[in-house]
Amino acid sequence: MADLASLSDAIAELVHDGDVVALEGFTHLIPVAAGHEIIRQGRRDLTLVRMTPDIVYDQLIGAGCARKLIFSWGGNPGVGSLHRFRDAVQHGWPVPLEIEEHSHAGMANRYVAGASGLPFAVLRGYLGTDLPNVTDTIKPITCPFTGETLTAVPAINPDVAIVHAQRADRAGNVQMWGLVGVQKEAVLAARGSLVTVEEVVDELEPVPGGMVLPSWAVDLVAEVPGGAHPSYAQGYSERDNAYYAAWDPISRDRGEFERWVERVRSGDEVRT
Amino acid sequence: MTAHDYTADEMMSVAAARALSGGQRCFVGIGLPSTAANLARRTHAPDLVLIYESGTLGSKPDRLPASIGDGILAETADAVISVPEVFNYWLQPGRIDVGFLGAAQLDKFGNINTTVIGDDYANPKVRLPGAGGAPEIAANCHEVYVVVRQSKRSFVDQVDFVTSFGHGRGNGERDRLGLRGAGPTLVITDLGVFRPDPDSHELVLTGVHPGVTVEQVREATGWELRVADDVATTPAPTSDELAVLRALKEAS
Repeated sequence: MADLASLSDAIAELVHDGDVVALEGFTHLIPVAAGHEIIRQGRRDLTLVRMTPDIVYDQLIGAGCARKLIFSWGGNPGVGSLHRFRDAVQHGWPVPLEIEEHSHAGMANRYVAGASGLPFAVLRGYLGTDLPNVTDTIKPITCPFTGETLTAVPAINPDVAIVHAQRADRAGNVQMWGLVGVQKEAVLAARGSLVTVEEVVDELEPVPGGMVLPSWAVDLVAEVPGGAHPSYAQGYSERDNAYYAAWDPISRDRGEFERWVERVRSGDEVRT
Repeated sequence: MTAHDYTADEMMSVAAARALSGGQRCFVGIGLPSTAANLARRTHAPDLVLIYESGTLGSKPDRLPASIGDGILAETADAVISVPEVFNYWLQPGRIDVGFLGAAQLDKFGNINTTVIGDDYANPKVRLPGAGGAPEIAANCHEVYVVVRQSKRSFVDQVDFVTSFGHGRGNGERDRLGLRGAGPTLVITDLGVFRPDPDSHELVLTGVHPGVTVEQVREATGWELRVADDVATTPAPTSDELAVLRALKEAS
């Protein structure tokens, strides 16, 4: 059964130096507040996993929390590049960042395999591209029934998955709706999981298209209203597009970024 | 009515929109492809089915989405599904007619690079966002349209990194690899229109936008450009097309 916890206690309990950590979210429901708490607690040498690393991964990388990134698309959606990510890859600042690069289909299937208790997944992917030349977790495999050559990618089983959802009940059952990305698969693939939610309610009202993660499939739930900001939680908040634009000049400049990190560490990061 | 006052970018979006027809199922990349696909749906192709990799089937936004996961894509969709489902059940089996992609670099065989600029992957000159959904969109859609702003830097002889496979080094390499979709069949830029030669699969200039000369296109191409015998001139945007395009952008 999932326990309710504060965000700081949850991160302290679940995320350790050197862990493989997936904070998932596909534009919608990104667990940004949890990422900031990881920065605040000064975690190091993390392997960060995410299909679409965006601002919060730029922040974690710039703050020196990560030694490796496993991903399929890294950018500031609708704005441009992640300059802390680029600085780490191109100049090793503040620490070198190893990368393991996939396509979305490959990453999605790696989580599916992880959630399914399988060692690898099979897909029609990567053929003819240069990705298998630079990523050793992409291998050809022959179908034992047809002889066809397909592509295999290994399961991802993070030490901890962190996602954001609209709400949970007091027993820790989690409900989310709208674009649900690969969050269910990430939670089920991981050894430990934390779900931050907009609110904890007495009873979960059914929502069309809604998905429930039962309490017994989740470790910790933390109530963090606005915890997805600047991304959004459908039914609760709108995406703060201005924040994404305002991030660009901060991300471009090491000094600006270090001032931003100081504000996070001191606990008074002001929402733009 | 034909409009006279428009930009090269607007001509590109209009030309790309016209390439789509009603009833087609189109897997839409964010940015220029999304602009063109939404313009098509709001003009001549109202029953165009827009599929976004964030997990929406049949999105009908009345403004341009600000990102691939803009809430308006989910709120207006026929169905909202998970990301593994969109790739595994809808894209991979070949249910999508057209994959509509952008590119940072495109080469003369329609291969797309969105990964790194420079020869050394480990020490790139520029680190780009990466693959996203594009490799499997390029592989598994029935055909692929690419929309890209053209310059010698973006339109190159050979991409620095093949993120998404077009026609490889040509001459049927797609078939030999066993890829089931036809790959890039149309490239639209701010200068003109290109199609692969049916045998060599090298991109050939088949059309120029109004006021653009073949010489200008050559100067913005990083290889020895082949030009079709008959180069068409793209009809200028109509005032209706421009009004809808500008309203879509204005609303977002």
